[in-house]
Amino acid sequence: MTVQHPIPAAPASKIPATLSPGRLLTIENLTVGFNGVRVLRGIDLTLARGEALGVVGESGSGKSVTWLAALGLLPKTAEVSGSVRLDEDELLGLHASRLNRVRGGRVAMIFQDPSSALNPVIRIGRQIGEVLARHQGMSGASVRAEAKRLFDLVGLPDSARRIDAYPHELSGGQNQRVMIAMALAGKPDVLIADEPTTALDATIQAQILDLLTTIRKETGMALVLISHDLGVVSETCERIMVMYAGGIVETAPSNLIFETPRHPYTQGLLAAVPPFEGAVERLVPIEGQVPHPANMPTGCAFAPRCSRHMSECEKIVPPLKSIAAGRASACLAEEGAQAERHSSPIKSMSA
Amino acid sequence: MFRYFIIRILRALLTVALVVTFAFIVLRLSGDPAYSIMGDNASPEALAAFRKEWGLDQPLWNQYLHYFAAIVHGELGQSMRGGGPALDLVLSRIPATLMLTLPALLMKLAIGIPAGIYAALHRDSLIDRAVMVTAVAGYSVPSFVLGLALVQLLAIWLAWLPTGGAGSPLHLILPIVTLGVGGAAVLARFVRSAMLEVLGQPYIRTANAKGIPWTAVVRDHALPNAAIPTVTIVGFMVGNLIAGSVVVESVFSWPGVGNLLVVSVAARDLSVVQCILLLVAAAMVLSNLVVDFLYGFLDPRLSNDNTAGRH
Repeated sequence: MTVQHPIPAAPASKIPATLSPGRLLTIENLTVGFNGVRVLRGIDLTLARGEALGVVGESGSGKSVTWLAALGLLPKTAEVSGSVRLDEDELLGLHASRLNRVRGGRVAMIFQDPSSALNPVIRIGRQIGEVLARHQGMSGASVRAEAKRLFDLVGLPDSARRIDAYPHELSGGQNQRVMIAMALAGKPDVLIADEPTTALDATIQAQILDLLTTIRKETGMALVLISHDLGVVSETCERIMVMYAGGIVETAPSNLIFETPRHPYTQGLLAAVPPFEGAVERLVPIEGQVPHPANMPTGCAFAPRCSRHMSECEKIVPPLKSIAAGRASACLAEEGAQAERHSSPIKSMSA
Repeated sequence: MFRYFIIRILRALLTVALVVTFAFIVLRLSGDPAYSIMGDNASPEALAAFRKEWGLDQPLWNQYLHYFAAIVHGELGQSMRGGGPALDLVLSRIPATLMLTLPALLMKLAIGIPAGIYAALHRDSLIDRAVMVTAVAGYSVPSFVLGLALVQLLAIWLAWLPTGGAGSPLHLILPIVTLGVGGAAVLARFVRSAMLEVLGQPYIRTANAKGIPWTAVVRDHALPNAAIPTVTIVGFMVGNLIAGSVVVESVFSWPGVGNLLVVSVAARDLSVVQCILLLVAAAMVLSNLVVDFLYGFLDPRLSNDNTAGRH
């Protein structure tokens, strides 16, 4: 059976010889360290135009740091190396004035706790107005009109009056809508949403995710949804990237990651999630703990917790390898298992 | 907003009443003014007459009620030592004190705030460390030590400036600098930590993610938030304009309120001391009221009656 999926198949691990026209953002060998401790260990990924990529991982897996580093939003003390290109333009090391044309413009970002991500002493109309003035060159009455239009677009009730509100006068969900409106104000090619629903109630969560999906369809922008919740990203995104201890362990189309998770860590994650339907069986936790960045095992970071771990796993850092169309996994056991799987009728995720 | 201020005004009045009461009790317990003002050789009859004249022979609670009633009527009593209304005596000294404390306040603001902001924006740089070392030194050296050191250096060794007293603009320089250095140091440290706190907030990251130039992020997003805690300490400095220079006035023999306070306390001139304490408390409470009022402007979260869409 050959798997068809809607996104351009660009194996995250390999850099094709020719640049695909659909490619928007390219990250190569991105590493981040704090005080000499590496927290991000060489990330390679590409984001296609209009694609919705979900990034899943525990806290400390590097899922947020990747994007903060890409936009130069980490503290100055962070040691960042590698390459982040938007189309052909390198973003790392870019002069602040040029980077500021990208940030909030072509690449927008929203954050976890909307109530603290908005400035408490500035009216929300002015906060969105800053983006309109900076990236759309608007001024005066047109700023206000456009702010109102954007607030309507994101479903902020009573938008004309709310323009003069302060963040504390709005609910968390409303503030996240304001953040999204502010992101849209720059007409971005990609919106990076860093745990946008984690701080919100479950019902509001669904509304915000629906809103992101709708906006993406209407504007054609790409979306990077960062979450610790596989369920959240699988419904919103086409492709999922699983991160563990500062590295990518698996990427796959979202429908397949639930059906046939390949990496032992992904399998462990799914075993720890209660099923949506049917009887709740006993959930299986992943034994052990995430290694501390300063105390990383020499080989595979997941090896100490892995049920399939072999002696080589302690020596070699497994590279992220393409295992099927649009799928990649960083596991030595996976490589060995692949030959067997060819003949296996059950797991016919053929290459 | 209205209720916010009514509550604060009532609280301010209560504070002044408490300070007045406390000062009254402490001063009555601390010694009999009859001895210090009439002298050790005064006859028992003269002492008794003095006590009777000033009501000191009355029970304490009775004295207190009379005193409090007089204050409410704006009556602050006569100086026991020199005669004449205590209030007039104190007020006559205020201009001299303000000649020191107002320029010193300007010096604190002009040096402390920019130094604190700069240090925070260049955290851990050489200049940041230099500012902080200077600040720690500046506020850990007591003002009388600093004052005397400056006198030794600039007035005695170099003989550029007079050692003390009043009379010419040159007399102002040393006391003002002595007062200003400590306050500037306190303010620099405070502003720096307020700025660092604000710069670590998520909304600063949001502002950066919006592509706003760093100078605008600092000006529009960081400074207004850092101003909120800073206003408190500046308010405290403003409230201290009348009483903040007691030590420095003594060191430089400056004829201000602080000097009067020291002399009056030594002489047990109770009405003058009480009058000064009342004015000092009133000044402090008033500046606190202004601070609360400014808070309402600076921090919309405090004046929480949903002002959205009023216009």
